[in-house]
Amino acid sequence: MELFTPDFGLIFWMFLSFAVLFFILWKFAWPAITKMIDQRAELIDKGVEYAQQAKQDLDNAQAKAEEVIQQARSRQADILREADRIKTQIIEEARGEARQAAAKELDQAKLQIEQARKEAEQNIRDEVSAFALNIAQKVVRNHMSDSKAQSQLVDSLLDEIEKKN
Amino acid sequence: MKRLTLILLLLISTMASVSFPAAAASKHDAAGEGEDKIDPKEIIFEHLGDRYGWEVPFCHHKSIPLPIIVFGSDGLHIFSSARVAHGQVYVDGGKTFLIPAEGPNKGKVVEIVDGEEVRPFDISITKNVAALIITIIVVCLILLPLTRFYKRHGYKAPRRFLGAIEALTAFIYDGVIKSTLKDKASKFAPYLLTAFYFIFVMNLMGLMVVFPGGANLTGNIAVTLVLALLTFFVTNIFGTKHYWKDVFWPDVPLWLKFPIPIMPIIEVFGMFTKPAALTVRLFANMMGGHMIVIVLTLLIFIFAQMGMAVGGGTAVVSTLFSIFMLLIDVLVSFIQAYVFTMLSTIFISLAQENPHKEHADAEAKH
Repeated sequence: MELFTPDFGLIFWMFLSFAVLFFILWKFAWPAITKMIDQRAELIDKGVEYAQQAKQDLDNAQAKAEEVIQQARSRQADILREADRIKTQIIEEARGEARQAAAKELDQAKLQIEQARKEAEQNIRDEVSAFALNIAQKVVRNHMSDSKAQSQLVDSLLDEIEKKN
Repeated sequence: MKRLTLILLLLISTMASVSFPAAAASKHDAAGEGEDKIDPKEIIFEHLGDRYGWEVPFCHHKSIPLPIIVFGSDGLHIFSSARVAHGQVYVDGGKTFLIPAEGPNKGKVVEIVDGEEVRPFDISITKNVAALIITIIVVCLILLPLTRFYKRHGYKAPRRFLGAIEALTAFIYDGVIKSTLKDKASKFAPYLLTAFYFIFVMNLMGLMVVFPGGANLTGNIAVTLVLALLTFFVTNIFGTKHYWKDVFWPDVPLWLKFPIPIMPIIEVFGMFTKPAALTVRLFANMMGGHMIVIVLTLLIFIFAQMGMAVGGGTAVVSTLFSIFMLLIDVLVSFIQAYVFTMLSTIFISLAQENPHKEHADAEAKH
């Protein structure tokens, strides 16, 4: 059977043509093509990785932003609470101070009033004693015009001294 | 749809070109023998085999002449195949050459030495060799533009035809070569990819019946034998020490390898059955495809002798079947190229086994 007996000429040419084709492709085609396929696969892998990373980063950033907002909110609340506290404190302090000042004023006023009263009292006493002396002088001057009355007075004074002793 | 119709028309016309030479042959025979009978075996083997000159469609008597290169009894002779066509005798430098129509050297160039037919050392550019050269050109035309595209456009992915070629290359390179050979892929990828494209293009060119194709290249045992031998050489030349140890001193009980080396004999035998299987698989598949299409076409002429109606009916059925078979053959062309590449990859990877890695694996299992 001719079909099953390899022909030498064809074997020779086949070897030669395969060698030629292999050489051409090995020199000019395969390095570039396989390198490109590998590189592109790598690039795509990297791209996917990068995208995943970016997505994760984005998620992280969102979470972080949320956290920051939460923190800011709680800080805001804290600050407000603090402000409220300071406000009441200030009011309280002011009130206390005012009360103290008022009390001080009052005391001073009282003191002054007391002093004034004492002075007034002294004045009144002085004046009353002056009046009384005047009156007594006048009364005595009137009464001592007769000698009887003078001796009577002396008697009574003596009695008084006697009684005292 | 228009394109599809065009393709179908082209296919039908190619069918016609198969049938026409057959018809012409039958007429030729009829003229010669005065008997309207066709010899299917003759026609089939004529189409499956190799020959000097490339037949053109619609004209059986004319063919594209190809150079005949022979080393005769007194050295090199180069002449056109047209000079010895149709049983002509050509005398070149005192030496007589002809292609006998009968006898053991039927269809081959012989030199007449002392009245005897002597087969010279023949490295003629036959139809198959010419087809080989065309295949090389086609493969280069397919792959070199892709390289040029990469050089020009860098990372940009090619579109249309180049994109398809890139996808096919990536399919073989990533799917077969890299996944089997791992880090050694880049070392063997040039050979394996070249083999793949060579076989694939040869297969497809063989399915085109008119001039640039039509040669039953991969259905020729010489071609597949060379391809299988190349795989054999690559496998064994780059085989590791471990591979050779496995061949001659495998891990089997001692009595299996000493004193009678049963296992080594089997292993060595296996070394040669692998390329043999590669040879026969590709050869038989592609030759079978060609043969079926030719037989289906011949059926028309065999049945035509029984009458117009039978012949007409057979023509329709046979043509449809032939188209179907040709389309199947397109698929088979790819599958056989793929299978050849895959098996070559596996044979090479089996010879690349690393003992350290295996031990590590075994230890990991324990």
